Amino acid sequence: MRIPTKFGVTAALALSVSATAAFAENIKIAFIDPLSGPFATTGTNGLAEFQFAAEELVNKKGGVLDGDMFEVIGLDNKMDGKESLINLQVAIDQGAHYVVQGNSSGIAHALTEAVNKHNRRNPDSQVLFLNYSAVDPALTNEKCNFWHFRFDANADIKMDALTDAIVQNDEISKVYLIGQDYSFGKAVAEAAQRDLGAKKDSIEIVGNELHPIGKVKDFTPYARKIVSSGADAVITGNWGSDMVGLGKAIIEAGFTGPIYTYYAASNGITRTFGEAGVGKINLVGEGALNPAGSPEVDEYVDAFEAKYPDHDISQPRIANVVRMLAMAIEEAGTATDVVEVAKALEGMETDNFWGGKIKMRAEDHQAIQDVYVMEQASGLKHLLDNSDYGLETAVKVEMASADIPTTCEMERPE
Amino acid sequence: MDLVIINLIDGLFYGLLLFMLSSGLTLIFSMMGVLNFAHASFYMLGAYFAYQISMYLGFWMGLLIAPLLVGVVGALVERYGLRRVHQYGHVPELIFTFGLALLIEEVIKFFWGNNLMAYQEPEILKFALFSIGNNAVPAYKVFMIFTSVAIFIGLLYILTRTRIGMIIQAALSYPRTVEALGHNVPLIFMGVFGVGTALAGVAGVLAGPVLGTFPGMAFVLGSIVFVTIVIGGLGSLWGALVASLLLGWLTTFAASSSFPFASILESFGMQRPESLSDSYLRDLWTLTLPQIGPILPYILMVLILVFRPHGLFGKRDV
Repeated sequence: MRIPTKFGVTAALALSVSATAAFAENIKIAFIDPLSGPFATTGTNGLAEFQFAAEELVNKKGGVLDGDMFEVIGLDNKMDGKESLINLQVAIDQGAHYVVQGNSSGIAHALTEAVNKHNRRNPDSQVLFLNYSAVDPALTNEKCNFWHFRFDANADIKMDALTDAIVQNDEISKVYLIGQDYSFGKAVAEAAQRDLGAKKDSIEIVGNELHPIGKVKDFTPYARKIVSSGADAVITGNWGSDMVGLGKAIIEAGFTGPIYTYYAASNGITRTFGEAGVGKINLVGEGALNPAGSPEVDEYVDAFEAKYPDHDISQPRIANVVRMLAMAIEEAGTATDVVEVAKALEGMETDNFWGGKIKMRAEDHQAIQDVYVMEQASGLKHLLDNSDYGLETAVKVEMASADIPTTCEMERPE
Repeated sequence: MDLVIINLIDGLFYGLLLFMLSSGLTLIFSMMGVLNFAHASFYMLGAYFAYQISMYLGFWMGLLIAPLLVGVVGALVERYGLRRVHQYGHVPELIFTFGLALLIEEVIKFFWGNNLMAYQEPEILKFALFSIGNNAVPAYKVFMIFTSVAIFIGLLYILTRTRIGMIIQAALSYPRTVEALGHNVPLIFMGVFGVGTALAGVAGVLAGPVLGTFPGMAFVLGSIVFVTIVIGGLGSLWGALVASLLLGWLTTFAASSSFPFASILESFGMQRPESLSDSYLRDLWTLTLPQIGPILPYILMVLILVFRPHGLFGKRDV
């Protein structure tokens, strides 16, 4: 059943290899994320999205500078910090000046530190770290550095948009928070409490609970508590099977309100919820496919689905990473002097591929863009998981948290 | 009160699911003296087979065929794997089943991938049978409860009232004598292993749509099944039933309570400190019962091993 995927990846790899042969000057982008093990689905999906974006948005349009092509090299970090640092070294040895990573903020912390050190010690082979998915706010606050750029909305920005949507909805007066018992689950609960408290006094938090991560077999007792609490809405940062188990139990227990989530789509999740999730599963994220921001987006998504039937555009921001990098390289007039490229990238304000604008804030290298609250629905143009369901925009927050404060104090090279 | 009744039903559901797994495991253990580490993997196989079959023939055919397939796989594993390893003693058998568990997980990842499978309950059972308070009880869960009760009664009947059951029981205690009487004891062993794994398969078919069908599902449930049969007493069917229900209710009530440990500390006359980060008891002040719910079965197992090493209903020591 996985063979088509394997073919897709092999074909893509073969393509990039043949591209190497054809063009001497390739701009290498090292993709460091899990390509094997339990998190491989997210990783291989991201790699496919990167390769497709590089091909469609840059290489087919003649590349950058004088016909230099983008080449995405997939490096398997097995979701491990140490392995990622080895990968970083491999990437640098292969002459890559750009590193992209997204799964796990823990690994992003390790990488951003390593890149910072490497660049200070080796001015001749500096690299940029383009973070496309790790959402820990610290990466653009106390732990920020000049070489790190985040293209996803961070956890605080997402919660800000999510609570905006909740506050606008008059039917919600009681909210239940539940999450996995670890740093991200706690961060979501804290942010939700803070934002809801600040935005609307009348909203009551009727439950705030953490459950052991990956250990709960049956979520029904939790669902019973949620229903009995009289909550109108649930907020959770759960992912993977914990997300599906919790969501299904809540819906089966007779809960009728919305369930607000961060990661409840694709990788089999949308398909598993199916009809039961329609109108209930809500997801906060950047880049909406239904409705698409432009006909160009429609074409892009269709072409991706045709080329990789087993994958989804689950991380739309990847298109922005590739496109903005290409623009920055053009503006800097060089792909090897990453200081110039970084300077072109910071403060860049351009069209967001998915509609609206996107701005890379200079002070902390956090991208500011439209953030959407999307609802699982059927009968849409772009579907997920080869199912009949996808995500439809319910609320759009334009340039979400554009003025969110940052504690970043960046040291810039001369 | 409503919540107590609904928790009783939920706990019954989860307990009976555990029973379907542990009954097969305890049967195999009592017969062969082998702790089958791969037992939960057969449960996972059941779910995946049923998912695949349900894509073409619908849920009910899956419920019928998948356990049979799992049973056949189990019987083949016994015939061509375990039986060969058996002569080298128990440790190689343990290692064999342990390796088998890893192998099955990798095979499943190879064919179905890491994603969750969209394995759904049948349409006609997709409704809320009744509600207590606002809490709905899905018809599917009630169906599951009745199915597993039926399986228990059937199993008990076969083991205690039929000729086959008598031979099996005799083969348990006096395999040589039974063999001398002209019965094919290796065939009985193979049959029991097949039936035991098929029971795990049934559990997988039924639980897949509710608890999720993904490559980690065996790992999540695997350890708790062992805990169940240790508490119930190795080799005892009644023990497996009582322990399963006990654990089902224990975990359900623990998860649905919101009992704070701070109240215990306060009952000892302690005051919540102003700044928790300075207190050496800070974890206890913020801990609630649901957070430690999943380790309660293990605590119970340790207590049982200390005070009643042969389990609640078992006849021999672990």
